[in-house]
Amino acid sequence: MESLRLTFQVAGGDLTHAGEASSQVKQTLRKMGYDSDTIRRVSVCMYEGEINMVIHANGGTATVDVGLDDITITLADVGPGIPDVEQAMQAGFTTAGDQVRDLGFGAGMGLPNMKKYSDEMNIESTVGVGTTVTMVVRIP
Amino acid sequence: MRHSVVLEYQKCRGCTTCIKNCPTEAIRVRNGKATILPNRCIDCGTCLRVCPHHAVTSIPDSFNALQNYQYTVAVPDPALYGQFHNLDSPELVLSGLLELGFDSVYESAAGAELLTGYLASRPEDPDRPVPEISSVCPAVVRLIRIRFPSLLGNICPLLLPTELAAILAREKAVRDTGLSPQEIGVFSIVPCSSLVTAASSPDGQIAPVLDGAFAIRDVYKALLSPMKALAGKSLPSLALAGRAGTGWAFSGGESYAHRAERYVAVDGIENVIRMLEEIEDGRLPEADFIELRACTQGCLGGCFCVENPFIARMRMKRLMGELPEARSVYQPGSRVDDLIASTQKPEYYPTFQLDPDRRVAMEKMRKIQALEEQLPGLRCGSCGAPSCRAFAEDVVMGRASEDDCIFKVRERMQHMAGKAEADEYLPAPFRRRHAIPKDPPAQD
Repeated sequence: MESLRLTFQVAGGDLTHAGEASSQVKQTLRKMGYDSDTIRRVSVCMYEGEINMVIHANGGTATVDVGLDDITITLADVGPGIPDVEQAMQAGFTTAGDQVRDLGFGAGMGLPNMKKYSDEMNIESTVGVGTTVTMVVRIP
Repeated sequence: MRHSVVLEYQKCRGCTTCIKNCPTEAIRVRNGKATILPNRCIDCGTCLRVCPHHAVTSIPDSFNALQNYQYTVAVPDPALYGQFHNLDSPELVLSGLLELGFDSVYESAAGAELLTGYLASRPEDPDRPVPEISSVCPAVVRLIRIRFPSLLGNICPLLLPTELAAILAREKAVRDTGLSPQEIGVFSIVPCSSLVTAASSPDGQIAPVLDGAFAIRDVYKALLSPMKALAGKSLPSLALAGRAGTGWAFSGGESYAHRAERYVAVDGIENVIRMLEEIEDGRLPEADFIELRACTQGCLGGCFCVENPFIARMRMKRLMGELPEARSVYQPGSRVDDLIASTQKPEYYPTFQLDPDRRVAMEKMRKIQALEEQLPGLRCGSCGAPSCRAFAEDVVMGRASEDDCIFKVRERMQHMAGKAEADEYLPAPFRRRHAIPKDPPAQD
Protein backbone atom coordinates (compact mmCIF):
# COMPACT_ATOMS: atom_id res chain seq x y z
CA MET A 1 0.00 0.00 0.00
CA GLU A 2 1.57 3.24 -1.13
CA SER A 3 1.45 6.09 1.27
CA LEU A 4 3.35 9.11 2.47
CA ARG A 5 3.67 10.08 6.10
CA LEU A 6 3.64 13.64 7.41
CA THR A 7 4.41 14.17 11.09
CA PHE A 8 3.91 17.31 13.15
CA GLN A 9 4.67 18.12 16.76
CA VAL A 10 1.86 20.27 18.10
CA ALA A 11 2.92 22.52 20.97
CA GLY A 12 0.60 22.67 23.96
CA GLY A 13 -1.03 25.82 25.28
CA ASP A 14 -0.10 27.93 22.27
CA LEU A 15 -3.25 28.85 20.43
CA THR A 16 -1.47 31.50 18.38
CA HIS A 17 0.18 28.87 16.21
CA ALA A 18 -2.78 26.54 15.98
CA GLY A 19 -3.61 25.79 12.35
CA GLU A 20 -0.03 25.70 11.09
CA ALA A 21 0.05 21.91 10.71
CA SER A 22 -3.31 22.02 8.98
CA SER A 23 -1.98 24.64 6.57
CA GLN A 24 1.07 22.54 5.73
CA VAL A 25 -1.01 19.43 5.15
CA LYS A 26 -3.23 21.40 2.78
CA GLN A 27 -0.30 22.63 0.74
CA THR A 28 1.17 19.14 0.52
CA LEU A 29 -2.12 17.57 -0.56
CA ARG A 30 -2.65 20.27 -3.19
CA LYS A 31 0.81 19.60 -4.62
CA MET A 32 -0.11 15.93 -4.84
CA GLY A 33 -3.25 16.75 -6.78
CA TYR A 34 -5.98 15.82 -4.29
CA ASP A 35 -9.38 17.34 -4.96
CA SER A 36 -10.60 20.44 -3.15
CA ASP A 37 -13.32 18.69 -1.20
CA THR A 38 -10.93 16.09 0.22
CA ILE A 39 -8.43 18.79 1.13
CA ARG A 40 -11.10 20.82 2.85
CA ARG A 41 -12.34 17.85 4.86
CA VAL A 42 -8.82 16.90 5.91
CA SER A 43 -8.06 20.50 6.89
CA VAL A 44 -11.14 20.80 9.09
CA CYS A 45 -10.34 17.47 10.82
CA MET A 46 -6.71 18.46 11.26
CA TYR A 47 -7.48 21.91 12.54
CA GLU A 48 -10.08 20.79 15.06
CA GLY A 49 -7.78 18.00 16.24
CA GLU A 50 -4.84 20.34 16.54
CA ILE A 51 -6.89 22.76 18.64
CA ASN A 52 -8.05 19.93 20.90
CA MET A 53 -4.51 18.84 21.60
CA VAL A 54 -3.40 22.41 22.28
CA ILE A 55 -6.24 23.11 24.69
CA HIS A 56 -6.75 19.83 26.50
CA ALA A 57 -3.59 17.80 26.25
CA ASN A 58 -0.61 20.15 26.33
CA GLY A 59 0.16 19.25 22.73
CA GLY A 60 0.92 15.98 21.04
CA THR A 61 1.79 14.42 17.72
CA ALA A 62 -0.24 14.69 14.54
CA THR A 63 0.49 12.06 11.91
CA VAL A 64 -1.05 12.17 8.47
CA ASP A 65 -0.76 9.08 6.28
CA VAL A 66 -1.54 10.12 2.76
CA GLY A 67 -2.59 7.17 0.66
CA LEU A 68 -3.94 6.83 -2.87
CA ASP A 69 -7.41 5.79 -1.66
CA ASP A 70 -7.65 7.45 1.73
CA ILE A 71 -5.96 9.81 4.13
CA THR A 72 -5.58 8.79 7.77
CA ILE A 73 -5.05 11.39 10.45
CA THR A 74 -3.80 10.22 13.85
CA LEU A 75 -3.66 12.62 16.76
CA ALA A 76 -1.89 11.19 19.76
CA ASP A 77 -1.40 12.92 23.07
CA VAL A 78 -0.38 12.03 26.61
CA GLY A 79 -2.95 14.36 28.13
CA PRO A 80 -5.57 13.81 30.83
CA GLY A 81 -7.75 11.51 28.72
CA ILE A 82 -11.50 11.78 28.11
CA PRO A 83 -13.59 10.29 30.99
CA ASP A 84 -16.76 9.90 28.91
CA VAL A 85 -16.17 9.73 25.17
CA GLU A 86 -19.86 9.49 24.31
CA GLN A 87 -20.61 12.69 26.21
CA ALA A 88 -17.61 14.45 24.61
CA MET A 89 -18.99 13.59 21.17
CA GLN A 90 -22.23 15.47 21.78
CA ALA A 91 -22.53 18.78 19.95
CA GLY A 92 -22.12 21.67 22.36
CA PHE A 93 -20.52 19.67 25.18
CA THR A 94 -17.45 21.54 26.39
CA THR A 95 -15.04 21.53 29.28
CA ALA A 96 -13.23 24.63 28.07
CA GLY A 97 -12.62 27.39 30.59
CA ASP A 98 -13.65 31.03 30.16
CA GLN A 99 -10.23 32.09 28.91
CA VAL A 100 -10.36 29.67 26.01
CA ARG A 101 -13.99 30.48 25.23
CA ASP A 102 -13.16 34.19 25.21
CA LEU A 103 -10.74 33.44 22.39
CA GLY A 104 -13.57 31.94 20.39
CA PHE A 105 -12.66 28.32 20.99
CA GLY A 106 -14.37 25.71 23.12
CA ALA A 107 -17.84 25.82 21.55
CA GLY A 108 -18.18 22.07 21.96
CA MET A 109 -18.11 21.41 18.22
CA GLY A 110 -14.58 20.02 17.85
CA LEU A 111 -15.22 16.28 18.02
CA PRO A 112 -18.63 16.49 16.29
CA ASN A 113 -17.04 18.40 13.39
CA MET A 114 -14.22 15.89 13.14
CA LYS A 115 -16.78 13.10 12.95
CA LYS A 116 -18.84 15.00 10.39
CA TYR A 117 -15.93 15.67 8.03
CA SER A 118 -14.26 12.24 8.28
CA ASP A 119 -15.56 8.93 6.95
CA GLU A 120 -14.37 7.00 9.96
CA MET A 121 -13.39 8.16 13.40
CA ASN A 122 -12.11 6.27 16.37
CA ILE A 123 -11.21 7.55 19.82
CA GLU A 124 -9.07 5.59 22.24
CA SER A 125 -8.72 7.29 25.56
CA THR A 126 -7.58 6.31 29.02
CA VAL A 127 -7.89 8.78 31.86
CA GLY A 128 -4.46 9.77 33.09
CA VAL A 129 -2.71 8.14 30.13
CA GLY A 130 -3.76 9.99 27.01
CA THR A 131 -5.95 10.04 23.94
CA THR A 132 -5.48 8.88 20.37
CA VAL A 133 -7.98 10.04 17.77
CA THR A 134 -7.85 8.37 14.37
CA MET A 135 -9.79 9.75 11.42
CA VAL A 136 -10.02 8.40 7.89
CA VAL A 137 -11.02 10.58 4.96
CA ARG A 138 -11.71 8.47 1.87
CA ILE A 139 -10.93 9.87 -1.54
CA PRO A 140 -13.93 9.82 -3.89
CA MET B 1 -1.55 33.41 -17.01
CA ARG B 2 -0.13 36.57 -18.54
CA HIS B 3 1.51 39.28 -16.46
CA SER B 4 2.42 42.92 -16.36
CA VAL B 5 5.03 42.47 -13.64
CA VAL B 6 8.51 42.18 -15.15
CA LEU B 7 12.12 42.33 -14.04
CA GLU B 8 14.58 44.85 -15.37
CA TYR B 9 17.59 42.67 -15.91
CA GLN B 10 20.15 45.51 -15.75
CA LYS B 11 19.00 46.77 -12.38
CA CYS B 12 18.63 43.41 -10.60
CA ARG B 13 21.60 42.58 -8.38
CA GLY B 14 20.35 39.19 -7.28
CA CYS B 15 19.91 40.22 -3.65
CA THR B 16 17.11 37.69 -2.78
CA THR B 17 14.85 40.29 -1.11
CA CYS B 18 12.00 39.58 -3.51
CA ILE B 19 12.12 35.78 -3.23
CA LYS B 20 11.50 35.92 0.50
CA ASN B 21 8.63 38.39 0.25
CA CYS B 22 6.73 36.85 -2.66
CA PRO B 23 3.50 35.42 -1.21
CA THR B 24 3.27 32.65 -3.81
CA GLU B 25 7.01 31.77 -3.86
CA ALA B 26 7.07 32.72 -7.54
CA ILE B 27 10.60 34.16 -7.75
CA ARG B 28 14.01 32.49 -7.88
CA VAL B 29 17.47 33.99 -8.22
CA ARG B 30 19.62 32.27 -10.83
CA ASN B 31 23.04 33.37 -12.05
CA GLY B 32 22.85 36.58 -10.10
CA LYS B 33 19.43 37.66 -11.42
CA ALA B 34 15.89 37.16 -10.24
CA THR B 35 13.43 35.35 -12.50
CA ILE B 36 9.67 35.07 -12.10
CA LEU B 37 7.94 31.71 -12.45
CA PRO B 38 5.06 32.93 -14.62
CA ASN B 39 2.59 30.25 -13.56
CA ARG B 40 2.83 31.26 -9.92
CA CYS B 41 2.87 35.06 -10.18
CA ILE B 42 -0.45 36.70 -9.26
CA ASP B 43 0.69 40.26 -10.16
CA CYS B 44 0.15 41.45 -6.60
CA GLY B 45 3.02 43.92 -6.79
CA THR B 46 4.72 42.91 -3.53
CA CYS B 47 8.09 42.57 -5.28
CA LEU B 48 7.75 46.03 -6.85
CA ARG B 49 7.43 47.45 -3.39
CA VAL B 50 10.23 45.55 -1.66
CA CYS B 51 12.94 45.57 -4.36
CA PRO B 52 15.72 47.86 -3.03
CA HIS B 53 17.10 48.35 -6.55
CA HIS B 54 13.77 49.13 -8.22
CA ALA B 55 14.40 46.33 -10.64
CA VAL B 56 10.84 45.02 -10.64
CA THR B 57 8.28 47.00 -12.52
CA SER B 58 4.88 46.70 -14.07
CA ILE B 59 4.46 48.02 -17.56
CA PRO B 60 1.47 50.29 -17.93
CA ASP B 61 0.72 51.83 -21.31
CA SER B 62 2.24 55.04 -22.63
CA PHE B 63 0.08 58.13 -23.24
CA ASN B 64 1.10 57.84 -26.91
CA ALA B 65 -1.43 55.03 -27.18
CA LEU B 66 -4.15 57.70 -27.18
CA GLN B 67 -3.04 58.73 -30.70
CA ASN B 68 -4.30 55.44 -32.13
CA TYR B 69 -7.98 56.28 -31.60
CA GLN B 70 -10.52 58.78 -32.95
CA TYR B 71 -12.10 59.19 -29.53
CA THR B 72 -10.78 58.28 -26.11
CA VAL B 73 -12.36 57.61 -22.73
CA ALA B 74 -10.60 57.60 -19.35
CA VAL B 75 -11.88 55.15 -16.73
CA PRO B 76 -10.23 56.38 -13.53
CA ASP B 77 -10.10 54.27 -10.38
CA PRO B 78 -11.41 56.22 -7.38
CA ALA B 79 -8.02 55.73 -5.68
CA LEU B 80 -6.81 58.51 -8.00
CA TYR B 81 -8.73 61.09 -5.94
CA GLY B 82 -6.91 60.15 -2.74
CA GLN B 83 -3.59 61.32 -4.19
CA PHE B 84 -4.44 65.06 -4.17
CA HIS B 85 -4.31 67.60 -1.35
CA ASN B 86 -7.46 69.60 -0.57
CA LEU B 87 -9.63 68.06 -3.26
CA ASP B 88 -13.23 69.18 -2.69
CA SER B 89 -14.78 67.43 -5.64
CA PRO B 90 -13.86 64.75 -8.18
CA GLU B 91 -14.88 67.23 -10.91
CA LEU B 92 -11.50 68.98 -10.86
CA VAL B 93 -9.73 65.66 -11.52
CA LEU B 94 -12.22 64.61 -14.19
CA SER B 95 -11.97 67.94 -16.05
CA GLY B 96 -8.20 67.68 -15.71
CA LEU B 97 -8.34 64.35 -17.53
CA LEU B 98 -10.11 66.04 -20.47
CA GLU B 99 -7.28 68.59 -20.55
CA LEU B 100 -4.82 65.71 -20.83
CA GLY B 101 -6.44 64.73 -24.13
CA PHE B 102 -9.20 62.32 -23.20
CA ASP B 103 -12.52 63.06 -24.93
CA SER B 104 -14.63 61.83 -22.05
CA VAL B 105 -14.48 60.20 -18.63
CA TYR B 106 -16.39 57.35 -17.03
CA GLU B 107 -15.54 56.61 -13.39
CA SER B 108 -14.92 52.99 -12.49
CA ALA B 109 -16.77 53.87 -9.25
CA ALA B 110 -19.93 54.12 -11.38
CA GLY B 111 -19.37 50.48 -12.35
CA ALA B 112 -18.99 49.69 -8.65
CA GLU B 113 -22.37 51.29 -7.88
CA LEU B 114 -24.09 49.29 -10.61
CA LEU B 115 -22.57 46.05 -9.27
CA THR B 116 -23.71 46.95 -5.77
CA GLY B 117 -27.23 47.53 -7.07
CA TYR B 118 -27.16 44.19 -8.83
CA LEU B 119 -26.07 42.32 -5.68
CA ALA B 120 -28.72 44.06 -3.60
CA SER B 121 -31.50 43.15 -6.03
CA ARG B 122 -30.70 39.42 -6.17
CA PRO B 123 -33.48 37.24 -4.81
CA GLU B 124 -32.73 35.11 -1.74
CA ASP B 125 -30.98 31.91 -2.74
CA PRO B 126 -30.40 29.19 -0.13
CA ASP B 127 -27.81 27.56 -2.42
CA ARG B 128 -25.60 30.64 -2.50
CA PRO B 129 -22.27 29.83 -0.87
CA VAL B 130 -21.54 31.37 2.52
CA PRO B 131 -19.47 33.42 2.96
CA GLU B 132 -19.33 35.16 -0.41
CA ILE B 133 -15.88 36.43 -1.32
CA SER B 134 -15.43 39.70 -3.20
CA SER B 135 -14.18 39.36 -6.79
CA VAL B 136 -12.86 42.91 -7.02
CA CYS B 137 -9.12 42.44 -6.44
CA PRO B 138 -7.62 40.55 -9.43
CA ALA B 139 -4.54 39.52 -7.40
CA VAL B 140 -6.77 37.91 -4.77
CA VAL B 141 -8.82 36.07 -7.40
CA ARG B 142 -5.62 34.71 -8.95
CA LEU B 143 -4.37 33.72 -5.49
CA ILE B 144 -7.56 31.73 -4.89
CA ARG B 145 -7.26 30.17 -8.35
CA ILE B 146 -3.81 28.77 -7.64
CA ARG B 147 -3.89 28.14 -3.91
CA PHE B 148 -7.46 27.93 -2.56
CA PRO B 149 -9.45 26.03 -5.19
CA SER B 150 -11.98 24.86 -2.60
CA LEU B 151 -13.08 28.49 -2.23
CA LEU B 152 -13.58 29.22 -5.94
CA GLY B 153 -17.31 28.63 -5.57
CA ASN B 154 -17.47 31.33 -2.88
CA ILE B 155 -16.25 34.10 -5.19
CA CYS B 156 -18.98 36.58 -6.19
CA PRO B 157 -19.81 36.04 -9.85
CA LEU B 158 -19.08 39.58 -10.98
CA LEU B 159 -16.88 41.40 -13.43
CA LEU B 160 -14.49 44.12 -12.24
CA PRO B 161 -15.99 47.61 -11.72
CA THR B 162 -13.39 48.92 -14.20
CA GLU B 163 -14.46 46.37 -16.79
CA LEU B 164 -18.14 47.16 -16.40
CA ALA B 165 -17.42 50.89 -16.60
CA ALA B 166 -15.23 50.36 -19.69
CA ILE B 167 -17.88 48.35 -21.55
CA LEU B 168 -20.61 50.86 -20.77
CA ALA B 169 -18.30 53.78 -21.62
CA ARG B 170 -17.50 52.33 -25.04
CA GLU B 171 -21.17 51.70 -25.79
CA LYS B 172 -22.02 55.25 -24.73
CA ALA B 173 -19.20 56.66 -26.88
CA VAL B 174 -20.50 54.73 -29.90
CA ARG B 175 -23.96 56.22 -29.37
CA ASP B 176 -22.59 59.73 -28.80
CA THR B 177 -20.15 59.84 -31.72
CA GLY B 178 -21.42 57.37 -34.32
CA LEU B 179 -17.88 55.93 -34.49
CA SER B 180 -17.30 52.17 -34.54
CA PRO B 181 -16.22 50.50 -31.25
CA GLN B 182 -12.71 49.94 -32.68
CA GLU B 183 -12.22 53.64 -33.29
CA ILE B 184 -12.79 54.34 -29.61
CA GLY B 185 -9.98 53.89 -27.12
CA VAL B 186 -11.00 53.10 -23.54
CA PHE B 187 -8.21 53.33 -20.96
CA SER B 188 -8.26 52.59 -17.26
CA ILE B 189 -6.25 54.61 -14.75
CA VAL B 190 -5.20 52.07 -12.15
CA PRO B 191 -3.58 51.86 -8.72
CA CYS B 192 -1.75 48.54 -9.17
CA SER B 193 -0.01 46.00 -11.35
CA SER B 194 -2.84 43.48 -11.13
CA LEU B 195 -5.24 45.92 -12.80
CA VAL B 196 -2.70 46.59 -15.56
CA THR B 197 -2.64 42.85 -16.17
CA ALA B 198 -6.43 42.71 -16.00
CA ALA B 199 -6.71 45.36 -18.73
CA SER B 200 -4.74 43.38 -21.31
CA SER B 201 -5.47 39.80 -20.22
CA PRO B 202 -8.64 39.71 -18.15
CA ASP B 203 -9.41 36.50 -16.28
CA GLY B 204 -13.18 36.99 -16.40
CA GLN B 205 -13.65 38.23 -19.96
CA ILE B 206 -13.27 36.36 -23.24
CA ALA B 207 -11.43 39.31 -24.80
CA PRO B 208 -10.00 42.53 -23.33
CA VAL B 209 -12.61 45.25 -22.81
CA LEU B 210 -9.97 47.93 -22.28
CA ASP B 211 -7.47 49.27 -24.79
CA GLY B 212 -4.84 49.92 -22.18
CA ALA B 213 -4.13 50.95 -18.61
CA PHE B 214 -2.23 53.94 -17.22
CA ALA B 215 -0.63 54.02 -13.79
CA ILE B 216 -2.01 56.47 -11.24
CA ARG B 217 1.55 57.72 -10.57
CA ASP B 218 1.97 58.78 -14.23
CA VAL B 219 -1.48 60.34 -14.53
CA TYR B 220 -1.08 62.12 -11.18
CA LYS B 221 2.06 63.85 -12.36
CA ALA B 222 0.52 64.85 -15.68
CA LEU B 223 -2.63 66.17 -13.97
CA LEU B 224 -0.95 68.56 -11.55
CA SER B 225 -0.51 71.48 -13.93
CA PRO B 226 -3.87 71.29 -15.78
CA MET B 227 -5.66 70.95 -12.44
CA LYS B 228 -3.89 74.04 -11.16
CA ALA B 229 -5.04 75.97 -14.24
CA LEU B 230 -8.63 74.77 -13.79
CA ALA B 231 -8.88 75.57 -10.08
CA GLY B 232 -11.56 78.15 -9.29
CA LYS B 233 -13.15 77.92 -12.76
CA SER B 234 -16.67 76.67 -13.24
CA LEU B 235 -16.48 73.05 -14.31
CA PRO B 236 -18.92 70.74 -16.13
CA SER B 237 -20.40 67.95 -14.04
CA LEU B 238 -18.80 64.75 -15.22
CA ALA B 239 -18.97 62.58 -12.11
CA LEU B 240 -21.11 59.46 -12.43
CA ALA B 241 -20.55 58.04 -8.96
CA GLY B 242 -21.25 59.04 -5.38
CA ARG B 243 -20.01 58.01 -1.99
CA ALA B 244 -20.91 54.35 -2.37
CA GLY B 245 -18.76 53.66 -5.43
CA THR B 246 -15.94 56.06 -4.58
CA GLY B 247 -15.40 54.31 -1.25
CA TRP B 248 -14.29 51.12 -3.04
CA ALA B 249 -10.85 52.72 -3.15
CA PHE B 250 -10.18 51.64 0.42
CA SER B 251 -10.66 48.49 2.44
CA GLY B 252 -14.17 48.24 3.86
CA GLY B 253 -15.67 50.52 1.22
CA GLU B 254 -17.13 47.70 -0.82
CA SER B 255 -18.73 46.12 2.25
CA TYR B 256 -20.17 49.52 3.15
CA ALA B 257 -21.63 49.92 -0.34
CA HIS B 258 -23.20 46.44 -0.20
CA ARG B 259 -24.63 47.30 3.22
CA ALA B 260 -23.21 43.99 4.37
CA GLU B 261 -23.95 43.45 8.03
CA ARG B 262 -21.76 40.52 8.87
CA TYR B 263 -18.67 41.27 6.82
CA VAL B 264 -14.93 40.99 7.20
CA ALA B 265 -12.71 43.43 5.27
CA VAL B 266 -9.11 42.24 5.04
CA ASP B 267 -6.22 44.08 3.41
CA GLY B 268 -2.59 43.14 2.84
CA ILE B 269 -1.71 39.94 0.99
CA GLU B 270 -0.37 38.06 4.04
CA ASN B 271 -3.56 38.84 5.98
CA VAL B 272 -5.61 37.75 2.98
CA ILE B 273 -3.80 34.39 2.87
CA ARG B 274 -4.39 33.86 6.58
CA MET B 275 -8.08 34.67 6.21
CA LEU B 276 -8.49 32.27 3.27
CA GLU B 277 -6.77 29.53 5.31
CA GLU B 278 -9.22 30.14 8.14
CA ILE B 279 -12.25 30.03 5.88
CA GLU B 280 -10.94 26.78 4.37
CA ASP B 281 -10.52 25.27 7.86
CA GLY B 282 -14.14 26.11 8.64
CA ARG B 283 -13.20 28.72 11.22
CA LEU B 284 -15.41 31.58 10.04
CA PRO B 285 -19.02 30.56 10.52
CA GLU B 286 -20.41 33.99 11.32
CA ALA B 287 -19.61 36.15 8.26
CA ASP B 288 -21.65 36.50 5.04
CA PHE B 289 -19.29 38.64 3.02
CA ILE B 290 -15.52 38.73 2.84
CA GLU B 291 -13.84 41.71 1.22
CA LEU B 292 -10.23 40.93 0.37
CA ARG B 293 -7.61 43.34 -0.99
CA ALA B 294 -3.99 42.43 -1.68
CA CYS B 295 -2.70 45.90 -0.77
CA THR B 296 -2.56 47.60 2.63
CA GLN B 297 -5.64 49.82 3.06
CA GLY B 298 -7.03 48.45 -0.21
CA CYS B 299 -6.49 50.05 -3.62
CA LEU B 300 -5.11 53.24 -2.02
CA GLY B 301 -2.11 51.08 -1.07
CA GLY B 302 -1.55 49.94 -4.67
CA CYS B 303 2.02 49.99 -5.95
CA PHE B 304 1.19 52.84 -8.38
CA CYS B 305 -0.24 55.17 -5.75
CA VAL B 306 1.99 58.08 -4.83
CA GLU B 307 0.46 59.09 -1.50
CA ASN B 308 0.76 57.25 1.80
CA PRO B 309 -2.39 55.05 1.84
CA PHE B 310 -3.38 56.11 5.36
CA ILE B 311 -3.30 59.79 4.44
CA ALA B 312 -5.05 59.07 1.16
CA ARG B 313 -7.83 57.35 3.08
CA MET B 314 -8.35 60.40 5.27
CA ARG B 315 -8.62 62.54 2.14
CA MET B 316 -11.05 60.14 0.51
CA LYS B 317 -13.33 60.25 3.53
CA ARG B 318 -13.36 64.03 3.47
CA LEU B 319 -14.06 64.09 -0.26
CA MET B 320 -16.84 61.53 0.10
CA GLY B 321 -18.57 63.74 2.65
CA GLU B 322 -19.28 66.16 -0.20
CA LEU B 323 -20.78 63.51 -2.51
CA PRO B 324 -24.33 62.19 -2.83
CA GLU B 325 -24.82 58.59 -1.69
CA ALA B 326 -24.80 57.23 -5.26
CA ARG B 327 -25.24 58.53 -8.80
CA SER B 328 -25.38 55.39 -10.92
CA VAL B 329 -28.54 53.39 -10.39
CA TYR B 330 -28.85 49.75 -11.36
CA GLN B 331 -31.96 48.79 -13.34
CA PRO B 332 -32.95 45.12 -13.13
CA GLY B 333 -33.04 43.54 -16.59
CA SER B 334 -30.59 46.11 -18.00
CA ARG B 335 -27.37 45.58 -19.95
CA VAL B 336 -25.56 45.08 -16.63
CA ASP B 337 -27.30 41.71 -16.15
CA ASP B 338 -26.06 40.41 -19.54
CA LEU B 339 -22.53 41.54 -18.82
CA ILE B 340 -22.48 39.87 -15.41
CA ALA B 341 -24.01 36.70 -16.85
CA SER B 342 -21.35 36.48 -19.57
CA THR B 343 -18.46 36.83 -17.10
CA GLN B 344 -16.30 33.70 -16.89
CA LYS B 345 -16.25 31.90 -13.56
CA PRO B 346 -12.75 31.66 -12.10
CA GLU B 347 -11.21 28.22 -12.55
CA TYR B 348 -8.58 26.26 -10.65
CA TYR B 349 -5.09 26.77 -12.02
CA PRO B 350 -3.11 23.83 -10.59
CA THR B 351 0.33 25.39 -10.78
CA PHE B 352 1.57 23.81 -7.53
CA GLN B 353 0.70 20.25 -8.58
CA LEU B 354 3.83 18.11 -8.83
CA ASP B 355 2.40 15.69 -11.39
CA PRO B 356 -1.00 14.88 -12.89
CA ASP B 357 -0.49 11.21 -11.88
CA ARG B 358 -0.96 10.96 -8.12
CA ARG B 359 1.43 8.01 -7.81
CA VAL B 360 4.19 10.02 -9.48
CA ALA B 361 3.30 13.10 -7.41
CA MET B 362 3.57 11.01 -4.24
CA GLU B 363 6.98 9.70 -5.24
CA LYS B 364 8.15 13.26 -5.93
CA MET B 365 6.76 14.44 -2.61
CA ARG B 366 8.63 11.62 -0.87
CA LYS B 367 11.88 12.77 -2.49
CA ILE B 368 11.17 16.39 -1.57
CA GLN B 369 10.61 15.42 2.06
CA ALA B 370 13.77 13.30 2.15
CA LEU B 371 15.87 16.10 0.70
CA GLU B 372 14.33 18.76 2.91
CA GLU B 373 15.31 16.75 5.97
CA GLN B 374 18.96 16.99 4.93
CA LEU B 375 18.82 20.77 4.48
CA PRO B 376 19.59 23.21 7.30
CA GLY B 377 16.20 24.97 7.34
CA LEU B 378 17.82 28.41 7.55
CA ARG B 379 15.95 30.05 4.66
CA CYS B 380 19.21 31.79 3.87
CA GLY B 381 18.30 32.32 0.23
CA SER B 382 21.82 31.45 -0.97
CA CYS B 383 20.40 28.84 -3.34
CA GLY B 384 18.04 31.38 -4.87
CA ALA B 385 14.89 29.76 -3.49
CA PRO B 386 12.76 31.27 -0.71
CA SER B 387 12.98 28.29 1.66
CA CYS B 388 14.65 24.89 2.01
CA ARG B 389 11.32 23.26 1.17
CA ALA B 390 10.94 25.31 -2.02
CA PHE B 391 14.54 24.46 -2.89
CA ALA B 392 13.96 20.73 -2.32
CA GLU B 393 10.96 20.97 -4.62
CA ASP B 394 13.00 22.83 -7.25
CA VAL B 395 15.64 20.07 -7.17
CA VAL B 396 13.09 17.26 -7.50
CA MET B 397 11.25 19.13 -10.26
CA GLY B 398 14.51 19.71 -12.15
CA ARG B 399 14.61 23.47 -11.62
CA ALA B 400 17.74 23.41 -9.45
CA SER B 401 20.68 21.19 -8.56
CA GLU B 402 21.46 19.89 -5.09
CA ASP B 403 24.85 21.60 -5.35
CA ASP B 404 23.12 24.99 -5.40
CA CYS B 405 22.86 24.62 -1.62
CA ILE B 406 25.98 26.04 -0.03
CA PHE B 407 25.61 23.67 2.93
CA LYS B 408 25.49 20.65 0.64
CA VAL B 409 28.65 21.86 -1.08
CA ARG B 410 30.26 22.37 2.31
CA GLU B 411 29.53 18.78 3.23
CA ARG B 412 31.27 17.66 0.07
CA MET B 413 34.24 19.91 0.70
CA GLN B 414 34.50 18.57 4.20
CA HIS B 415 34.49 15.06 2.84
CA MET B 416 37.24 15.90 0.33
CA ALA B 417 39.36 17.89 2.80
CA GLY B 418 38.83 15.34 5.52
CA LYS B 419 38.82 17.96 8.25
CA ALA B 420 36.60 20.56 9.81
CA GLU B 421 38.11 23.50 7.88
CA ALA B 422 35.00 23.45 5.70
CA ASP B 423 33.49 26.14 7.89
CA GLU B 424 35.67 28.54 5.92
CA TYR B 425 33.49 28.00 2.87
CA LEU B 426 30.49 29.44 4.68
CA PRO B 427 29.47 33.08 5.04
CA ALA B 428 30.03 34.40 8.57
CA PRO B 429 26.48 34.02 9.94
CA PHE B 430 26.45 30.30 9.17
CA ARG B 431 29.83 29.26 10.61
CA ARG B 432 29.50 26.86 13.50
CA ARG B 433 33.10 26.54 14.60
CA HIS B 434 33.26 29.36 17.10
CA ALA B 435 31.15 29.63 20.20
CA ILE B 436 28.67 32.49 20.18
CA PRO B 437 30.39 35.48 21.83
CA LYS B 438 28.77 36.36 25.12
CA ASP B 439 27.60 39.90 25.85
CA PRO B 440 30.12 41.68 28.09
CA PRO B 441 29.01 41.65 31.73
CA ALA B 442 26.93 44.67 32.70
CA GLN B 443 28.85 47.43 34.47
CA ASP B 444 27.54 48.41 37.84
